[in-house]
Amino acid sequence: MEKLTTKDLLKNLKPNKDNKLSPQERAANAGRWIDERLGAAKGGRTFFNKIFPDHWSFMLGEIALYSFVVLLVTGVFLSLYFDPSSTMLTYHGSYKPLDGTQVSAAYNSTLAISFNVRFGLLVRQMHHWGADIFLGAIAVHMCRIFFTGAFRKPREINWIVGVTLLILGIVNGFLGYSLPDDLISGTGLRIMFSVLESIPVVGTHLAFWLFGGNYPGNGVIIPRMYMLHILVIPAIIAGLVGAHLFMLVRQKHTQFPGKGRTEHNVVGTPMWPGFMFKTQGFLFLTVAVLALLGGLAQINPIWQYGQYFPYKVSYAVQPDWYMGWLDGALRIMPSWEISAFGYMIPNQFFPSILFPGIAFNIFIIWPFLEARMTKDRDIHNLLDRPRDRPKRTAVGTGALAFFFMLFFASSTDVLANYLSVSLNLVLWFFRIATYVVPIVVALVTYKICIELQLAGKNAGRRKRFNVVIRTEEGEYVAQKSPAREGDMDVLSEHGEIPLELNDRVSHVIRQSADSIGVESKKSKTTT
Amino acid sequence: MSTEQNEHHLKESEIEDPQSDERLRLLAKDPKQMEILIGILFVVATIFFVVMMVVYVKGSQTQLEGGLMAAGFGCLGVGMVAWGKYLMPKGPFVEERHQLASSKEEQDAFADVLLGRGKIAIARRSALGKLLSIALGVFGIFTLGPLLRSLGPNPDASLKKTAWKKGIRAVTINGRPITVNDIAVGGFMTVFPEGDEGSYSGQTLLIRAGSDNITTMSGRESWGPEGYLAYSKVCTHAGCPISLYQQETQQLLCPCHQSLFNVLTGAEPVFGPAPRPLPQLPLYIDSKGFLRAQGGFSYPIGPGYWEIGS
Ligand code: HEM
Ligand code: FES
Repeated sequence: MEKLTTKDLLKNLKPNKDNKLSPQERAANAGRWIDERLGAAKGGRTFFNKIFPDHWSFMLGEIALYSFVVLLVTGVFLSLYFDPSSTMLTYHGSYKPLDGTQVSAAYNSTLAISFNVRFGLLVRQMHHWGADIFLGAIAVHMCRIFFTGAFRKPREINWIVGVTLLILGIVNGFLGYSLPDDLISGTGLRIMFSVLESIPVVGTHLAFWLFGGNYPGNGVIIPRMYMLHILVIPAIIAGLVGAHLFMLVRQKHTQFPGKGRTEHNVVGTPMWPGFMFKTQGFLFLTVAVLALLGGLAQINPIWQYGQYFPYKVSYAVQPDWYMGWLDGALRIMPSWEISAFGYMIPNQFFPSILFPGIAFNIFIIWPFLEARMTKDRDIHNLLDRPRDRPKRTAVGTGALAFFFMLFFASSTDVLANYLSVSLNLVLWFFRIATYVVPIVVALVTYKICIELQLAGKNAGRRKRFNVVIRTEEGEYVAQKSPAREGDMDVLSEHGEIPLELNDRVSHVIRQSADSIGVESKKSKTTT
Repeated sequence: MSTEQNEHHLKESEIEDPQSDERLRLLAKDPKQMEILIGILFVVATIFFVVMMVVYVKGSQTQLEGGLMAAGFGCLGVGMVAWGKYLMPKGPFVEERHQLASSKEEQDAFADVLLGRGKIAIARRSALGKLLSIALGVFGIFTLGPLLRSLGPNPDASLKKTAWKKGIRAVTINGRPITVNDIAVGGFMTVFPEGDEGSYSGQTLLIRAGSDNITTMSGRESWGPEGYLAYSKVCTHAGCPISLYQQETQQLLCPCHQSLFNVLTGAEPVFGPAPRPLPQLPLYIDSKGFLRAQGGFSYPIGPGYWEIGS
């Protein structure tokens, strides 16, 4: 092969009169230049050949990824204008109702982003909507993985990475909406201090260290949260997303069973060019949806809430949706706490530390738990249909119902107002229903799965019709028609009908091919 | 290796005979028309972006900018998806999976490298390893101990004490002292210890529940002069400021998780998650009619924590 120098390459790349090379040849030369330095051709080809199964549910993870991209870009924009400081100053910005009031620099700069920075409100709202959609997409993506059994060997590590991403996303979302120092974010922060403080033995130390003293601290909390929010946690998330995708490529996608699909292949669209074009399109569409929401749907109008002061509080505001289940858990917790020997495990510890701790740990160990229960330790590349795993599906819908109930429990006051019933009733409803509803949902799911399985087995087969027979005594008896090839219950009920009866009614059936044949024994014997 | 094979497989199946391979056909019935459609979308997107730029330069308008940006990226998105779907070989293509796990020999060879070679280098020097661990361990203790410790002070008396002391006057947020005539029966307001206005821990609900002295529980006979009762405003559940007083029921409501406290029985929790009564502040009325504290709160304020009772 003749040597290709960098100078040749540059000459190659720019079109000029002496350059007779076609675009393809030029691209090939550029590729050679890189390959001679990185040896990228071989791996690159495998990568471009990677197959993506065509099923809509595989898009959920992409939405999460692209929302994260939007969060990064909009976040950088915001950080150009945001001032993470709780120094107080007198507001003289363009939002007149607050003119002359005391506000913190953080709140002031968020108002400036919203009212003075061009594009500011749009980007700020896109960032907030982006967080909600990011976490929503992760949650739904996780459901897809769970209900189809995609977490089974060899993908357990990726499941754990996924759960970690969910946790980090929730944490970063909370940190984010605590930054502007408005009345709602301050209220949330105070609750967070109480939650930290509730951890046995070390709790007050952690809370004091983090806030720089007893609540509300010495003004360090906003800069500290800011640093975590824009650097540490996004960096960890980005790293884990990288690991997530690396494993995905290494292990290749799962796929639903179907024509030509086996445990040993993947059927679908290759990375290059089909998938890359489509997924680029999805990135654009995610941006479009977020721009639409950010432009038209108001979110977190902090100028209506006002600056946070520790003795002020906001009414009937719900936290962002991904915190709702924790708020609901705080609300329905009975008024218990444990104290002995002068020490206390306070009330808020149970719903806000112990419960999420247990919940996330169950998520993390689920693949191993299930493998232990089913004794299935094989490699799985074909997905389950949820109905074929009724127990897992029931556990999943039960858990979802539980989290939904907690989520709704975070609006007990709003519900009581809306339904004009007493708060007492609503609270007790949730204290009980949060545990009962998931059990019912799980049982119903189980039943539905079994029914669907049967229906699936019977698809395209006849229902066996009933034959009503009048006995000699004049009694009418319903009997199943004789079993024939293609009847849906022919396997399970084979031989149930006595042969003798079959003979007697068979000619009637032949006469009336619709669903009911009526025959009287008597008349039959007379004929 | 198997990777090689599957690449082969793809390559053969894709390129061997472009004419007859059904999978290389495009999904679009009329590719030319599809190309034009997508082209139009891209042109329209460009127009949207240009208009957006004009809006921005002319002085910015959130709804318009959002709508235009959404429209632009929407066109691009639909166009790209259509391009990827209709103007690409429609497939489906098949890729073989290779076994993830390495062969037994490869695993053994790796173990050899790791352990065999490693043994010579490390195993006979376990003392060195221990010394290294000790050194790094000490550094770890430093980072998790003193370094973390310097982030802020340790829990201190501020958990149990507030600025309320014997003789301190109750004042408004602006520092105006409260006199016995300031609140009508059934009224309430937020007060602070004089000199600590606006503080978190000093905030107190001053309620005038009646016109005679009120005893909320035994031992508190003198705490509620002329119907004035004072309770910490910090909820014992998760620390929100309690802000509603319902005179008919004599209850206080916390807006965060709707705990209710009975004013007449020492602010005992009667509903919701709050586990403890709101600490009461003993009051007296001085000769000039100002409301003053007889001392601090009856119990540490706010939510529970590990060492609250110690
Ligand atoms: C997982 C990723 C992220 C999530 C879930 C997230 C979420 C949020 C949320 C919910 C807010 C409140 C917005 C509001 O005021 O309504 C916020 C604020 C903010 N975020 Fe993020 N964010 C993420 C990543 C980032 C990154 C990577 C940066 C910067 C490089 C960033 C910079 C900011 C800034 C400067 C603010 C304060 C300005 C404001 O409140 O408007 N964020 N974030
Ligand atoms: S903070 Fe008052 S009820 Fe939760």
